[in-house]
Order: sequence, then structure tokens, then C-alpha cells
Amino acid sequence: MSDELLKIDNLVKSFDGNTILDGVSLSVKKSEVVVIIGPSGCGKSTLLRCINALEPIQSGSITLDGEVIERNSKTLPALRQRIGMVFQSYDLFPHLSVLDNIVLAPCKVQKRNRDEAKQEAMALLERVGLSEKAKSYPRELSGGQKQRVAIVRALCMHPEILLFDEVTAALDPEMVREVLDVMLDLAKQGRTMLIVTHEMQFARAIADRIIFLDNGKIVEEAKPDEFFDNPKTERAKQFLNMFEFDSVKARDGLDK
Amino acid sequence: MPDLVTELGIDVLFKGTNFLRLLGGLWSALSISLIAVAISIPLGIIMGVLMTSKSRIIKAILRVYLEIIRIMPQLVLLFLMFFGTTRAFGWDISGETASIIVFALWGTAEMGDLVRGALISIPKHQYESSEALGMTSAQTYLYIIIPQTVRRLIPLSINLITRMIKTTSLVLMIGVVEVLKVAQQIIEANRMTSPNVAFGIYLTVFVLYFLACWPISLLAKYLEKKWS
Repeated sequence: MSDELLKIDNLVKSFDGNTILDGVSLSVKKSEVVVIIGPSGCGKSTLLRCINALEPIQSGSITLDGEVIERNSKTLPALRQRIGMVFQSYDLFPHLSVLDNIVLAPCKVQKRNRDEAKQEAMALLERVGLSEKAKSYPRELSGGQKQRVAIVRALCMHPEILLFDEVTAALDPEMVREVLDVMLDLAKQGRTMLIVTHEMQFARAIADRIIFLDNGKIVEEAKPDEFFDNPKTERAKQFLNMFEFDSVKARDGLDK
Repeated sequence: MPDLVTELGIDVLFKGTNFLRLLGGLWSALSISLIAVAISIPLGIIMGVLMTSKSRIIKAILRVYLEIIRIMPQLVLLFLMFFGTTRAFGWDISGETASIIVFALWGTAEMGDLVRGALISIPKHQYESSEALGMTSAQTYLYIIIPQTVRRLIPLSINLITRMIKTTSLVLMIGVVEVLKVAQQIIEANRMTSPNVAFGIYLTVFVLYFLACWPISLLAKYLEKKWS
């Protein structure tokens, strides 16, 4: 399988004696969009953080295009450039303007020409509808705008794979859509993405494959329609039921 | 108008070299605080970094040091350094040296606490999102952490500097001839000829302190607004 871009093999991660990820194996092909869902505390975010070596792991391996991602290795900064990550809390740099947030890493890390990086940043900002905010500072933006800038910041490094860690979880409901639309657009462009989200409708629309994670283990892995319409495991059924509500309209009958 | 000037004892300022002497006094107060600030800032930065270190022993020692300096009135520290050490250890240090030592000890403690506060106020996510962009640890500090720390620190440390300048008025108690001491000398010498001299001279001292501290305080406000 030469088109496997990211490969996670038997990953074990524990913290203070608690096992958070218990032998997770997963691979992502080029241009594939994989969505990870599961109850909170199941290890979804930790999994993404391990892929970017933000967390130490106990055993197993993670490789990007055959190169091992390891904490404290000399090749890590170079590998991280190839992995774009967007966080729940946006994490823009507050002391830099939107444009400087985006071009800092391309200029300082990849040593690219500043004007060329700026041009690309402007084109990307245009695409997410924020070109007029280039000179603004993060504190002047709404949550949804910040998150779109954070996505552009990751894109400007030309990553081979994008990791999205519950990027809409901290947003007001009316701002969720604008961020999800940007991600749908990226999927259309054929970007490789690994997404952790609680937006089930969105997961169904964007995913090529759904991974259901529970208690640090992959419980179910399926095509989105199959997973949402016919979950095979009891755990997945229970989980999906949490998003459904039984009608309480029956109480109208009580009045009579 | 000339009457009012005489009435308030302001005319004394223009007798002989009185005004120049006051300026000289202000200079000695300022130089004590500025030397102390110049010592405090690098030591305070080191102390602040150490206060965020993982070693509990280092943290505890620095905490105790900070609390002792904070609890003790500056005047007590000055007496202890100037009179106390002479009796106890036989040190013969000048009032200026004792003042600089005390102000540097105080400044280092306060500055260290400011640096500590600024460092821990940078969220962990700032380090992570920088590293996730492929920046090395050195680049993260250079472009992300230090600029943000300095922005938080500068307005606070400027306020500390104005506090240190104002507090130098205490050093006259250990015989340092600074602006307030000069003012007292001028008042003593002119009490007979112009009875209201105290008002005019102390008013001048007020204006001098104001002129020394106000621009600094304005700068702090400006920077705070610019970087908020």
C-alpha cells in the first residue's frame, strides 16, 4: 500500500497509570478524509496530539510517508511542517497581525520569500472570505474568523495532511457553519484530513471513513452512511442515540 | 505677582545656587534608583525564570526571599543595611551604597515576581501551536514567547521603576543627601528671612518628582494600551 500517507501502528498512550489509547492502529491514504468520533474522554484529541508528537507515547509507532514521528527527535520540526494542525482554541499568536500569524512560519521555518508568502496568504484569506482582515489583530476577530485564520495559517505551510481537533467545539452555534464550510471546501480540493468532531451531520457529509473510538480503542470503522444508518456495535448505537430525542408531544393527550 | 512669589517663599529658589542644589539632590535620588533598576532587571529576569523552574527547593527559597522583602518596610531594610551591618559585621558602607543594595534587593524580588507572572500567563497552547507549525524550541521562544512576555512585562516594570524613584525619598534617613534633604537644608537656612519658605521648596520638590515620574508613567500607560 504505497498510497498510505499516515500510518499508526498499535499506539499505546497512558497518563498517570490510566490508559488513554490502548493499541490503536489506523492508516490514512492520500486525499482521504477520516473522521474520528466518540464520547468525550475516549482519547480522540489525544490521538491527534500524539500524531503531532505533542504527547509522549508509551509504545507503538506513528509514521508519515514512512518516516517515524518521534518526540525529541531531530527530524521532528521538519515532519511537523508536513502536518497541519488546527486546535479547538484557535491559538493564534495575539501579538501578531492576521497576516503575520500566517506568514511567520513559512518565512522563519521554511525560509520562504516574504512577499511570495504574503501573496499566498492573501489568496488563501480571500478564499475563506477574510482578505479585509489581514491587518487586524486576533483580538479584533470573532471566534469563527479566528478559526478560519488558524486554518489558513496551517494551509500556508503546504502540509500533506491536516489534523482538526474539535475546531468548532468552542464556537457559538452561528459561527460553526462558516468554519465547516471552509473544511468542506478543503475536502473538495482533495486534501488529506483527519478530523475529530462532535458535528454528526458534518461528519457524515465530509467523511470517506468514520472511526468510532471508545475507551481508547477503535470500536467500529465504516463508511459514513453505513455507520450512521446501521451501526454494527452496541456501543456505537448507544452513542448515536444520544443525538436523537424522543418526541414528548404525546403529553398533549394528557390534557384530554 | 512678585508679592505672591515672595509670600509663598518661592523666591528662595532663585537665591544663590539653591535651585541647582535641588536639581543635584534630585539627580542623586534618580541615580540611586536607576543604578538599582539596572541591577534589578537582569537579576529579576533570572529570578523569575528560576521561580518557574521545576525544583521545589529553588522555588521555596525564592518565595521566602520575596515575602521577606515585601513584608519588611523599606526603611527597616535601609536601617538594617546601613546601621545594622556596621554593628554586626563591622562593614563601613556609605549611605549611597547601602541604598543601592537595599533598592536592588527589593527591585530584584519584585521584578522576579513580575517575570514569573508574565511567564506563567503565556498559555501552554501558544507553545504547542508554534511547535505544530514546525518551529523549533528556540524559534518558539524567539518569535512567540519572549515577545509576548516582554509586552506584558514592560508596563508593569515601568510602574516598579516609578515606585523605586519615589521611595528614594527614604534614603535621607540614612544620611544620603538627596532632593528632600537638600530641601530641608534650604528651608533651615532661609527660615528667618522668608517664613513661608517650606511651602515653596516642598512645592518645588513635588513638581520635580512629578516631572521625573509622570513621563515614565505615561509611557507605561501608552505601552499598555498599544499592546493590550
